[in-house]
Amino acid sequence: MSEPVYVGLDLGASRTKVVIIDSGKRLIGHAVKKTGTDFAATALSCLEASLKMAGKSREDIAHAVSTGYGRANVSFITEESKTEIGCIAKGCHHYFPEAITIIDIGGQDNKIIKVDRDGRRSSFKMNRKCAAGTGAFLEEMAVRLDIPLEELDQLARQSEDMVKLGSYCTVFSATEVLENIRHGRKLPDIVKGLFYSVIKRVLEMDSRTHKVVMTGGVVANNPYIVEMAEELLGEPVLLPEFPQLAGAIGAALYALDNKK
Amino acid sequence: MAEEKKIIRKKIQATDQMNKIMADYFYDLNEASTTGSRKVAWCTSVGPAELLRAMGFAVHFPENHAAMLGATRMSTDLIPEANAIGYSPDICSYLTADIGSYITGKTPLAMAFEGIKSVPRPDVLVYNTNQCRDVQDWFSWYSKELGVPSIGVTSPKNLTDVTDAHIDDVTRQIEALVPQLEEISGERLDMERLRETVALSRECTELWKQVLETATARPAPLTFFDGTIHMGPAVVLRGTRQAVDYYKVLLAELERRIEDGVGAVEDEAIRIYWEGMPVWGRLRQHSELFSNLRANVLASTYCSSWIFQAFDAKDPFRSMARAYLELFIVRSDEYKEKYIREMLEKFDIDGIIYHDAKTCPCNSNSRYGMPQRLEAETGIPSLVISGDLNDLRCVSDEQTKTNVEAFIEQIEEGE
Repeated sequence: MSEPVYVGLDLGASRTKVVIIDSGKRLIGHAVKKTGTDFAATALSCLEASLKMAGKSREDIAHAVSTGYGRANVSFITEESKTEIGCIAKGCHHYFPEAITIIDIGGQDNKIIKVDRDGRRSSFKMNRKCAAGTGAFLEEMAVRLDIPLEELDQLARQSEDMVKLGSYCTVFSATEVLENIRHGRKLPDIVKGLFYSVIKRVLEMDSRTHKVVMTGGVVANNPYIVEMAEELLGEPVLLPEFPQLAGAIGAALYALDNKK
Repeated sequence: MAEEKKIIRKKIQATDQMNKIMADYFYDLNEASTTGSRKVAWCTSVGPAELLRAMGFAVHFPENHAAMLGATRMSTDLIPEANAIGYSPDICSYLTADIGSYITGKTPLAMAFEGIKSVPRPDVLVYNTNQCRDVQDWFSWYSKELGVPSIGVTSPKNLTDVTDAHIDDVTRQIEALVPQLEEISGERLDMERLRETVALSRECTELWKQVLETATARPAPLTFFDGTIHMGPAVVLRGTRQAVDYYKVLLAELERRIEDGVGAVEDEAIRIYWEGMPVWGRLRQHSELFSNLRANVLASTYCSSWIFQAFDAKDPFRSMARAYLELFIVRSDEYKEKYIREMLEKFDIDGIIYHDAKTCPCNSNSRYGMPQRLEAETGIPSLVISGDLNDLRCVSDEQTKTNVEAFIEQIEEGE
């Protein structure tokens, strides 16, 4: 067995993320795949891809921790799990060891997590039942507008006269979008309106007490959302190197801490 | 967290005895209703039950029935029936579940108790709006449907201090019910019997308080989830000897647990306060969720709301008025926060969970900044979970689980 490694598996509602770190907390392998319906198969596939990237094998894994909605579905890899809230906090504190307010925009839910300078969580909030402001909302809208998800960011940047969407209900927002299409509003203006709506819904969940760190797949895939958030907040936003991997990195750090 | 080992929850031995007296209560009501041997009054949970009982009525509590609809998970199928006739999914899901139950003729009473076919038919409906306006709307619907009078007390609300003026008001309203009730029952009010009933309610309340306060022990011998079940007699049988006798038995069992160092949750590590209604259709799941995390939800506003220390046999009407006004739900946020602060200290609490019940604004105290204020004052962390008392369409089990697990992690890591 070569140098041991530590694995974090984040089985999110939308995407599965796996990372490998070494004992020096360096990120040496990672993979992201659509979660789909077979959590275990996707996790395994991501794990193999991450190990390959790290030049490691299953035998090198000293410990692994799972997180995310499917955290209990990978007991064949690890029986230790942590919530994504704990893992995102740990992952972000690793990159920014100071008091921070984390805004995570995930596929299924949003979270605002407050962490003190010692890395302890002081509070967290998740979005309520409604999907407005989550990745699921953007996915739904992309389908309705017949635009590939990966084109949203570029389209939003082309906007000259953003459409304002007022509702915090996904169904009502969809109706507002249809109304704007009917009135001949341009697609980039509608998409920027969707981005703006996502940020507003997230920011209204809680107050911000410290420097803001943003994470999650929506942030990773749509950097324009971060720029818009900075404009709204009137301050720069901190981003870890891989915003989508924050939870998985946190899980891997727990694996390192809790190694047998 | 997320321990694989299932923690054992201890069963309360007195449960069988409670089930027996609850069954006797429902059969007694059924007999009154089906034979006409006694008049039947429906009463809101903190309505003037003492008066009704003293006047010989068999007393049915629709809120108790609604909670049974929730606990049996029948409510989510029945609520839409009431929604369809104009009672919004956003209003009290006790009301909508109970009306849905009437419309469809489905009741857990018929399933649990052989020979009982339906909820007892009322001769009079008696409300107290100290909890909310919905109870009056609820009884108003039945009043029209069944052609029976709906009478009651319209209570002052949001009180920081309960003053003589408030008590005068409610006392007069309760007294004004007497002639109407005498006409319906055909009996004159016997003041001696009222005093006896109030005295029994006081005795019941003292014992129930002692039962709940056993949870100050570490480990606590009971959980909030036990409390929601064992409060049954305090709700439907207050003012009777049966309730008093039952709580003596329950208290003795819990005191034995304390002596033996037995906790309701094995290896209790975290102590939680529950603010708000239970999610009736998820009692077992929530109980297991917490106990598997070695957390005990051991004290609550809800179960403590059936402690009425004002009852005084020497002054029945005024003391009833005071008791119904001193209730937590009738009070201002200033009073409520002081009350919760004292509870946190008394029960040595590590964290508070607020249940924001979609259809029950009066029991959802997280909506006007209370969690933030109390957290700032006490340093005790809090979590708000979205859900509902009876409408499981408003409940996300996965979100609840993730929130609770993350909250317990936060408390553990902060220690």
